[in-house]
Amino acid sequence: MTAIATVTEKLPAVQRELQTASAGQYLTFVLAGEIYALGILNIKEIIDYGQLTEVPMMPSFVRGVINLRGSVVPVVDLSARFGKGSTPIVKRTAIVIVETIVQHLDTKQNVGIIVDAVNEVIEISQQDIEQPPSFGSGIRPDFINGMARRDNRFVILLNVDRVLSVEEMANLSKAALGDREHGSN
Amino acid sequence: MNIDEDMQEALKIFTVECNELLEEMEACLLGLETSTEPSQTINSIFRAAHTIKGTAGLFGLDHIVKFTHVIESLLDRLRNGELSVTSELITALLPCCDHLSRLILEVINGSLEENPEATECGNRLLDALLPYQQTTATTESHITVLPETTERVETLAEKHSGYGNWLLFLQFNENCLRDGMDPLSFIHYLTTLGEIVDLATFSYTLPDVISMNPELSYLAFEIILKTDADKEAIENVFEFIREGSNIHILPLENRIPYYVELINSLTEEDAQLGSLLLKSGVITPRELEEGLKAQQAAQSPCRIGEILVEQRVVQQPLINAALEKQQQIKDNKAKEGQYIRVEADRLDRLINLVGELVISSAAAKLKGMQTTDISLQEANTSVVSLVEEVRDSALQLRMVSIGTTFNRFHRVAHDVSKELGKDIKLVINGAETEVDKSVVEKIGDPLLHLVRNAMDHGIERAELRTERGKPQQGTIRLNAYHSSGNIVIEVSDDGGGLNRDKILAKAVERGLIPAGIVPSDQDIYAFIFEPGFSTVEHLSNLSGRGVGMDVVKRNITELRGSIFIDSQAGQGTTLRIQLPLTLAIIDGFLAGVGDASYVIPLDKVVECVALPSDDHHDFMELRGEVLPFIRLRKLFNKNGATVRRQNVIVVEHAGLKAGLVVDRLMGELQTVIKPLGCLFEHVQGVSGSTILGSGEVALILDVPTLVQQQEYRQIFN
Repeated sequence: MTAIATVTEKLPAVQRELQTASAGQYLTFVLAGEIYALGILNIKEIIDYGQLTEVPMMPSFVRGVINLRGSVVPVVDLSARFGKGSTPIVKRTAIVIVETIVQHLDTKQNVGIIVDAVNEVIEISQQDIEQPPSFGSGIRPDFINGMARRDNRFVILLNVDRVLSVEEMANLSKAALGDREHGSN
Repeated sequence: MNIDEDMQEALKIFTVECNELLEEMEACLLGLETSTEPSQTINSIFRAAHTIKGTAGLFGLDHIVKFTHVIESLLDRLRNGELSVTSELITALLPCCDHLSRLILEVINGSLEENPEATECGNRLLDALLPYQQTTATTESHITVLPETTERVETLAEKHSGYGNWLLFLQFNENCLRDGMDPLSFIHYLTTLGEIVDLATFSYTLPDVISMNPELSYLAFEIILKTDADKEAIENVFEFIREGSNIHILPLENRIPYYVELINSLTEEDAQLGSLLLKSGVITPRELEEGLKAQQAAQSPCRIGEILVEQRVVQQPLINAALEKQQQIKDNKAKEGQYIRVEADRLDRLINLVGELVISSAAAKLKGMQTTDISLQEANTSVVSLVEEVRDSALQLRMVSIGTTFNRFHRVAHDVSKELGKDIKLVINGAETEVDKSVVEKIGDPLLHLVRNAMDHGIERAELRTERGKPQQGTIRLNAYHSSGNIVIEVSDDGGGLNRDKILAKAVERGLIPAGIVPSDQDIYAFIFEPGFSTVEHLSNLSGRGVGMDVVKRNITELRGSIFIDSQAGQGTTLRIQLPLTLAIIDGFLAGVGDASYVIPLDKVVECVALPSDDHHDFMELRGEVLPFIRLRKLFNKNGATVRRQNVIVVEHAGLKAGLVVDRLMGELQTVIKPLGCLFEHVQGVSGSTILGSGEVALILDVPTLVQQQEYRQIFN
């Protein structure tokens, strides 16, 4: 994987605006065998998976909505968002509530993400953070803020604003609706 | 200018009040031409201008005073019949209203000083009023509001020139000469304040020559003084000699009516007799203090007014006037008490809490049902019914009449008809219809668009109207009424109506509908709500670009409302907007499909029937009629075991009936609407969500969209 990183450096043309992750505390979690991390500043809470209401006619990555103490919060399936199929619900499945900024409305919105298991909060220092590879990670490069070395493997540091971009997800669901409209029936 | 917090608060109230007055003024101006009692309308306009000027004066907002003064003088002439009402005059006055609200806006934004740019703009407007103005501003002297009462005295005192205005009774301390004070020098000193009109010397205390002590002062004086100084200033003259002396300063008898008037014109909030007298200047703080002391010292309870008269500091008629004023202030306060201004935020918070309360009480009721405790269930039932009442009255708090929104359109109609060169009148009905404040706020813009559209495209040119045998003056009607838990707002015109064929042709051309299919008139008219749809050949400033109607439709849909069009060629068009009365809580009907629950707005539900078991069609017979239905299980891709007997909820929308096939009927439910958020803004058929007593989230179905969606699919497949 280091090799890939070097290649990227040699090809600045492919390079997008670099938004490397900064050092700090991260919450790591497991999703389909891969370890991901989110900066803890965005995370509001972690709750057990339960009582989710599906919203019809939404793309598969929007699992539905839950009642979070009186407010209705959408829940996103990251695995489906990465195009890796939907996450099966297991005993340790949890929902991480993340606060994102809705850019076009300039408001904040809570979004829940389904994870297979929550690991721990870790401290990641700047020298442990590598540039994200432009391919090979299996998910869209703009979703990744960086790769952190940890116990001889890489942890993917996610870019919350891109992964949970409400605007983009809403547009995708609009497109999905259109397909359904003309495709089915 | 340094303004403390009290002042800020007062300023805020001032600006709110001014805006209301300006609105009233504008409405009156617009109504002036058609008013049956113009004198009353002119009076209200005058009063509004006068109040704005007066209050602005209190805050030292001289630029507003200056500007309003000119308008006020003009209105005064209008009131006295020296000018007559013309539409030119109204057209000249309207922008002045606008300018005033701009000035007020500046005040709201914290700038109390004059803004040269605004002044220039104001002067231009005033120039337009010049032809109506008198060359000499005769009105100036008596309506200029002076901030200080003392200055008021000055202006009015001039009218009494030749007479004195104060009566002074002086009997100095016997020992004053011994103390080195000469009564004569005090009387001389009085002349620095004003003119001594008359002086009488009383010598009744003078003893026999033999027993007279040459070192004592025995004389008393009565002086009529003409001065601009107030009572306190006169009193201060005798400050050093007051001890042991008998000094009374009274307004002259002929001045009493003036002071009575002054007391009546006070705008005090404070209803204390003493402070009223003090403010009008008939007593001094010292006199009041002594009076109050005497009141406290008195054995039997007595009134401050009586004491003051007894002490000869004020005459009885003035006390009477002050007492009357006191009563008046109390009455006013009682009247004001009928309304309370509340911040909208606080109200919203209350409504939110009530929403939570509704959910929680539903949860409590649900839990109670699971026990066998009858008394608990009863208690829960009474809580639920109380909560329902609380909900209703909380929602009532937010209800405002739609009139204020409607009245704005008088101005729009006036301006736009001038701009278009069409003669159009606006008729408003049902202005008192009440609707939730949030609805009122959001409906203004769509309505504005519809009205302008109707004026531009709906109403024909005068020549064409005559040709068609219609009155030259076009009419736009705004109408509002309640209908089964909804408010209906109609915008109608008596213009040419929509061109059905043209719209259909355009729809086919744009591929909105396959050629050869002829939908109902309603459906054809609905195409004008498509983005970018326009059949107009010529664009105008106002409309015709095909943007707008789709926005109108979207705004209305966002309010969970719907819009219908009725149109008769050559007769006119009516746009009917149906909106829910409130956006926060609705009555819903809960139904289950698979493992999920859905809420259908109760006002859409007609009845529930069992689904005929043998049927594989998507329609059934309902009392001789064909009822098409939507299988929600199929539509929402719900798997899982099917129930043996499904039910059909018959819903009605826009006169069309349709069925929704569900697994379980779960009954009525108070539904607190929780928005789904922007992630789900494109979802069709779901208008929001709610939280059930069990904590589960249930989706609220949007019946009109669901049905429409099915219709479109039918057409395209």
